[in-house]
Parts: sequence; structure tokens; C-alpha cells
Amino acid sequence: MSGADIVGLYNYWIVIFLMMTGFYILLARKNLIKSVIGLNVFQTSVFLLYITMGKVRGGTAPIIPPNIAAASEHHQVGHNGQTHASAIEEFATEAFEPLVRASQQLDHAAGVGDIVYSNPLPSVLMLTAIVVGIATTALALALVVRIREDYGTIDESRILEIDRVDGPADSGLNASDSETSIEAVETAT
Amino acid sequence: MIESLQPHLPVLLIAIPMMTAPLCVLVGRASLSYWLAMLACVVTFGISIQLMIHAGGSSSIRYELGGWSPPYGIEYVVDGFSGFVMMFVAGLATMVMAYAPASVAAEISPSKQYLFYATYLLCLTGLLGMCVTGDLFNVFVFLEVSSLSSYALISLGKTRRAPLAAFQYLIVGSIGATFMLIGIGLLYQMTGTLNMADIAARVPHEEGPRTVLVAFAFLTVGLGIKMAVFPLHTWLPNAYTYAPSVVTCFIAATATKVSVYAFTRMIFGIISSSFAFDVLPLDSELMALSIVGIFVASIAAIYQDNVKRLLAYSSVAQIGYMLLGISMATPGGLTAGIVHMFNHALIKGSLFMVVGCFALRLGSVRLSDWAGAGRTMPWTGFAWAVGGLGLIGVPTTAGFISKWLLLTSAFERDLWPVALMVLASSLLAVVYVWRVVETLYFAPPSESAKKARDAPVRMLIPTYLLLSTVMLFGVWTPYSAGLARHAAQALLGAAP
Repeated sequence: MSGADIVGLYNYWIVIFLMMTGFYILLARKNLIKSVIGLNVFQTSVFLLYITMGKVRGGTAPIIPPNIAAASEHHQVGHNGQTHASAIEEFATEAFEPLVRASQQLDHAAGVGDIVYSNPLPSVLMLTAIVVGIATTALALALVVRIREDYGTIDESRILEIDRVDGPADSGLNASDSETSIEAVETAT
Repeated sequence: MIESLQPHLPVLLIAIPMMTAPLCVLVGRASLSYWLAMLACVVTFGISIQLMIHAGGSSSIRYELGGWSPPYGIEYVVDGFSGFVMMFVAGLATMVMAYAPASVAAEISPSKQYLFYATYLLCLTGLLGMCVTGDLFNVFVFLEVSSLSSYALISLGKTRRAPLAAFQYLIVGSIGATFMLIGIGLLYQMTGTLNMADIAARVPHEEGPRTVLVAFAFLTVGLGIKMAVFPLHTWLPNAYTYAPSVVTCFIAATATKVSVYAFTRMIFGIISSSFAFDVLPLDSELMALSIVGIFVASIAAIYQDNVKRLLAYSSVAQIGYMLLGISMATPGGLTAGIVHMFNHALIKGSLFMVVGCFALRLGSVRLSDWAGAGRTMPWTGFAWAVGGLGLIGVPTTAGFISKWLLLTSAFERDLWPVALMVLASSLLAVVYVWRVVETLYFAPPSESAKKARDAPVRMLIPTYLLLSTVMLFGVWTPYSAGLARHAAQALLGAAP
């Protein structure tokens, strides 16, 4: 791998750096909120990974320029009129074929070079992943709120300390099992 | 009407529980939302049986979502394997739902019960979606749907340790899901498609770039966390212990099995077993991890005082048996793995139902509080004994069928040490099941056990119904081992 290659892949280096940062926070965490943030950094690095792989060098945003869109629409109506308009299986090929033809015609006419589009699919996938990430964060924060209400702290080592003082009081059913408060633990230690 | 719905059954399977969930929230009353959820479960179960009848032969049902043809659109596939898993997941969900009301009333505060039913349905949606979809990114989405709702369900437990257990599971589970996302992304980068069949046709196997290897590694570790395979199982005991009994029952019976399904599908349907098992040493690695996991988890189970935790460790061990079968990659071994998914779902589901019955009457799931309860609660105690026999794998129970298939296929491949270790580990199961039986029947009764009476009939009926299927599928196997063999042959046939 030459030096230019290594520099050229800078987006991937950023991804790896972010991923490792987030992962380290998750592993080294003591504070529950911080671990949620670590999880966020970790997930965000994956968004960047997907978006990076969707980018085509020299590609523009995958939006068809208006003049070509208008031409292809006209073309498509005529095309569908002649043949079976309802054949859904062939929809994809039918939709793209006139587009290609129209853009070729326009290229010839206007002397525009071939238009290169970036791949929109990874970005679309990431919209879904972002929504999943938000749901995860919201749920995690809600759980932290409940843990804070019950234990009086969001420091994981102190929570485990409280549980240890409680002993194996895990009948798993009654909230009224011996519940040691944070103050009791602090005075004891 | 029914005729016109027939082609849309694969999507209705997902849409019905998903749409009923917000309906439960809108209704906002516990009893009404229970019946809505129950109805949704029954309809979903009916649909899955109908799908299985149609996909039972060699043909599979392919449904194009929104009418977009496969490589562009999302495709739902029902074949022998996914149909089988869907059927028992929906069936178990229905059974647990029938069992739920009394236990839910005791363990979940009334203001949250309608939300519980809604979340339960969402979890079911996610699990069924993971089975039915033929699109890799869709697997991730449904995995997250089921995982997020199971975190919420676990946090409903009454003690303050429940939210903490849910939080820890959330962190570990999200790492697993994100690993899967990375793996899916790398596979997409190599093939330019997300459709599983399409990826399988395009992915460069032998001498392929390292990207495929990395993608496979991420997917394996991600799913390994979700399956709770031995070294990645740490989230499971706490989550199962502190969740409400009904939730433990449902999740223990279904969630890890669906992840095993996704893992099997990935190996045999996408990456191809020749790459995973011949080029990479995944088979010997899986076999080693399974055997170590079976022993470590079974021994850990013996020392537990909390019965839920005991069963949770036993679940980790049972996942080992499934992966052991899958790692053999022969028709026999794969059949054993798949049929054990089904049998273990029945057995563990019914045992956790029994735990829920005891918890309701004794107010505790600690073994010391259960002392002597077998005499004051005869029906419940007997149910534990029967379910325990199934877990050990005594002949005429479903557990025996899977162990028998596992042993015969181990002998076929001349894996004598493996077969011997399976037998030895069954003895460990005898120990931890017997400990509970002994406490129930022969220990001097505790204070709470003296006052206890048998669990309510509406909890005992679903429990015994499930136990009777454990016995039924121990002697009559065309619809358990038969279907599993069919699925195994299809999987191995599909892989080049």
C-alpha cells in the first residue's frame, strides 16, 4: 500500500478512530451516562463507514437534473403507452432504460459529460440506523433515570457496591427487599 | 376474502402484531389490550401454520414487498427453515400470552400493563421479522425492534435491579447489533446488494478479499452476543433473573433461538458452509466453544440458589447443544441443532411457566423459599418434575429426541469424545434439576410453602398444555424432527 493510498483512505481512518474511541469509552466506563455517549460515538462511526462507501469519486448528489428528468418523463409515457404498463417485475429496468437513453441523447445534444452519481442507498440505510440509534439512546437514558431514582447514583461501581451490601436479595419479586441506600453504603465505607 | 389475502400472508404475519401494538396503547386499558394482544397472537400463529403448510414442500414462498422485484426491493422468504422457526415462535408467544394475565397482575403495576402487552407484541414482530425477511439490512432492523422491546420488557421487573440488568443488556446488545451493522455494510461493499440470495451468488469466497473475512467476523461476533454463546453470554443470567416471569418465559423460549436461526442462515445461506467450515476453522471453534459452554454453564447452574438464574445458566448450556449440532454441518447434525431449537423452546418455556406459578404463590424464586412446596402445590411441583425430565433428555420427552439425534450424528462423524461429553453433560442437568425436585418434595416446608396452595387453573392449563407438547414431540416426531430434517436438507442443498 503506497503512501498516497493510505492518505487517500482518510475517511476510513476517521471511522476506525471514532469506532475505537467509542468502544474504549464503553469498556472503560464507570458513569452510565458516559457509556451511553460512548455507544453513540460507536454507532456514529458506522454511519460514517456506510456514507463513505456510498460516495463515488467525482459523483454528484443522486438527483436527476431537471432538464433530463423532464425529457425522460416524456419518453417514459410514450414507452409505457406502447407496451404492457402493468408489468411490475419489469418496472426497474423499464424505469432506468429510458433514463439512460434520454441522458445519452441530451449528452449528445448539449455536450454534457456522463453524469456520475453517488450511491444513495447507504445514506438511506443510515437514516434507518440513525432512527434505531435515537431509540436506543432514548431507552438507555430512560433506564438511567430509573436507576438514578432507585439507587441515588449513576456510577456503576457504586451501584454494584450497593448491591453487594444488599447481599443476594434477588428474590426477583418484591421491591421491599432490604434496600440499602447510597448514604448507608457511604457511611459504611 | 380469505382467498385474496392468501398471497399477502407473509407480510400480514408482521403487520398484524405490529399494528396491534399501537392499538393496545390507544385502548389504554389492561383487560381490553390483553384480549387484543391475545387475538393478534392467535391470528399470527394461524398465519404461520398456513404459511408452513404451503412452504412445507420443496417450494418456498417469496413475497415482494410493495411489488418491487428482489434485488431492488425487500423480499420476504418463507421456506422450510424460516417457516418452522416462525411457527414455533408464534406458537410459544400464544401459549405465553394465554398464561400471562394472572402473573402479569401480580408482577407488573396496573398502570403499565397495557404498555406491557404492546411491547410484547413489538418484540414478537421483531422476532418473526428476523425469520421471514430475505434482506440482510432488514434483519438488522427487526433485530433492533425485538431487542429494544425486550430491554423495555426486562426493565419492568419489580426490583431495582431490573432496570440495571436491562441497561447492561442494552449496552452489550447494542454493541452486538452495531457489529452486525458493520458486517452487513462490508458485505454490501463487496457485493452491491442486500438481498441474501443475491449476496450468496456474488460474494467472492475462495481467495476473496479480506473484507469478506472481516464482514463474516463482525457478523459472527454480533450474532454470538445475541445468541448468548458461551464467552459472550454474560448479559443473559441477570436479564432472565430480574425480568418479570412472563417476560423471562417468552424471551427464554424464543429470542436466543431466533438469533441461532439468523446465524445458521448466515453460514449456510450467505457465506456458504464450505467457506465457513473448510476454509475457516469455524466448525472446530464452534464445537470447542459449545462444549466448554455446556460444561461451564451447567456447573454454574448447579450452584445457583435463585431458580430463574439456574434456568438461565441452563439456557446458555442448551444453546451449546444447538451450536454443536450446527457445527457438524452434516444433515444429521443440522437436524439435531434445528430440532433442539424447537424442543428447547417448549421445555424452557414450560419450566419458566412453572417458575412463574411458584413465584405467584410463594412470592419468591429462591430455592430455599421453595422448600416443601411440592406437597402444598402438587400440580405445580409435578409440572417441574416433568419439565425437568425433558430438560435432562429422558426418553419419551422431546429433549431425548434432540440428544439422540445429536449423539447419532456425532457417531456418524466418529466424534466419540463429543458424544461422550454430551452424555456426561446430561448428568450435570440431572444434578441441577434434581436439586430443585429434592427441595420441593423432601425438604422441611418453609413458612410460605405451608400456606401456599396450587397455582390458579388458568396458569396451570397453559403450563400443562405446553408440557403435553413436550411429551407429544418426544414420541411423535414427523412435525418436529421431520420438519427440521427437511429444513436441514434444504439448507445443505442450497449451499454449494
